Amino acid sequence: MSVLAIEGLRLAIGETPILRGVDLAVERNCVHGLVGESGAGKTMVGKAIVNALPEAARITAGAIRFDGRDLIAMTGRARRRLMGRAIAMILQNPMTALNPVIRIGDQMADILAYHLEVSRRGAAARAAAMLAAVHIRDPERVMRLYPHELSGGMCQRVVIALAFACEPRLIVADEPTTALDVTVQYRVLRLLKEMQARTQSAVLFITHDLGVVAKLCDEVSVMFAGRIVESAAVADLFAHPRHDYTAALLAATPRYDRPASTLTPIPDALRTRLLQEAERV
Amino acid sequence: MRPFARRWNPRLVFGAIVAALLLGCTLFAAQLAPHDPMDQDLLNQLRPPVVMQGNDPQFALGTDELGRDLLARLIHGARPAVLVMLIGATLSGLLGMCLGLVAGYFGGWMDAAVSRTVEIFMSFPPMLIAIVLAAVIGPGLDTVIIAVVVIGWTRVCRVIRGEVLAMRELDFVASARTAGVSHLRIMFHELLPNLAPLLAVLFGLEMGRAIVTEAVLAFIGFSSSDVATWGAMIAGGRAYIYQAWWIMALPVAVIVLSVLGLNALGDGLRQATDPLLRR
Repeated sequence: MSVLAIEGLRLAIGETPILRGVDLAVERNCVHGLVGESGAGKTMVGKAIVNALPEAARITAGAIRFDGRDLIAMTGRARRRLMGRAIAMILQNPMTALNPVIRIGDQMADILAYHLEVSRRGAAARAAAMLAAVHIRDPERVMRLYPHELSGGMCQRVVIALAFACEPRLIVADEPTTALDVTVQYRVLRLLKEMQARTQSAVLFITHDLGVVAKLCDEVSVMFAGRIVESAAVADLFAHPRHDYTAALLAATPRYDRPASTLTPIPDALRTRLLQEAERV
Repeated sequence: MRPFARRWNPRLVFGAIVAALLLGCTLFAAQLAPHDPMDQDLLNQLRPPVVMQGNDPQFALGTDELGRDLLARLIHGARPAVLVMLIGATLSGLLGMCLGLVAGYFGGWMDAAVSRTVEIFMSFPPMLIAIVLAAVIGPGLDTVIIAVVVIGWTRVCRVIRGEVLAMRELDFVASARTAGVSHLRIMFHELLPNLAPLLAVLFGLEMGRAIVTEAVLAFIGFSSSDVATWGAMIAGGRAYIYQAWWIMALPVAVIVLSVLGLNALGDGLRQATDPLLRR
């Protein structure tokens, strides 16, 4: 059984449909990429899973099954009990994802003491071990610092350590490296993969960067206008894109081994056709 | 650790000295005061402070119309002022903080309810509320404290609500929520530490306001019937402003200095506690 199975999810903000029937399955011990251009609705999928939708958003149809249980039908309390323990989220900007006025060590110990029901001292020791696990040198010193005293890459390591703290079954990572520069990006991605392999978690990796998908993901779903247009194993998708939009997206992706002149923007005719299709469903 | 000098900025030092003086006068008034504040000396009426002509060295700051020592009365007058300041500012701060947090964090109908109440309270002139309250409940220190809270909580609430409204959209709140942290814990564990510098400033302002409110109510005779209050001293000195201006000027100066000092204390505390200003 899939760890996460989204079935026919529809979501609207006011009268505007954002998701028009999303179907998505994420398997255990698998990194599943969710790609699409801005406004495709990929972030909304992530937010719907972790119950962080904006106030105006309404889920109008569908189910989000986690281990077979529908999250949407759950009570707020039951759902909150899953959060952080069974499902964790990694946000885009690590510099703002940590509380600015609480020391790193205290923040981590807070969350750990809260979820694992260990003593403060036990939680602090565990936080230090976790920082070591994400390859932070001198964890004792880092724990005494405030977030603004760390670099973006360091912050994201802390965030990743926190996300994996309770060895969750599912991690939703919403563009976790977009705010970092490229050299740091690579190391953070490697770390994410390493942690995932260690805990055998399922990861839903939301991004617009096909290069990152190729490196990191096992499977990938392509989103456009609130629908998944294609889901496939990564190698298959890059080798033989089945959907026109996927092919167009790949053709529009810059590659270092090809001149920029070979890039083709996504044709307007295709966009119009897909938008009309999306509106019909 | 932070270097000592950086934590103790000048405003904090000034504020701390004023606060220490006020507290000292409250706790040790009897020991500090050179005379009994009620002792009348009709041979030494309206004596000026020692720097002026016609003074009597045993009355450092002069005497009032009944020959009572002004220094002793100022020291004893600190007690009601400090009581009102501490209790009043703490209660109004707590009330305003909690309601502001709830209103800002949850929004919706809770915010509407709190905000409308604040607006209704704010639409009355604050001193008018204080005077009406005092007239209804009757004079006394508890009345003054109630008046301070009734006036003060709305201001704290407004500022905190606005701050929380902006802060709840930040990522760290979202990540706490997605980490399964409860609303109550987010409010008091995540948001409150971020509000600490702001609360320090507000608390300093509220303490200053409390002292002024106490003085005003004492001036019109609604405060405590204690041995001496600064407001009552101003009221008493009003009649002699042309012969002995210092009777009125001294308590006014003490009030101004206290308010300045307490505001500086709040601001200094903010600078000393804000980790973002660290380095």
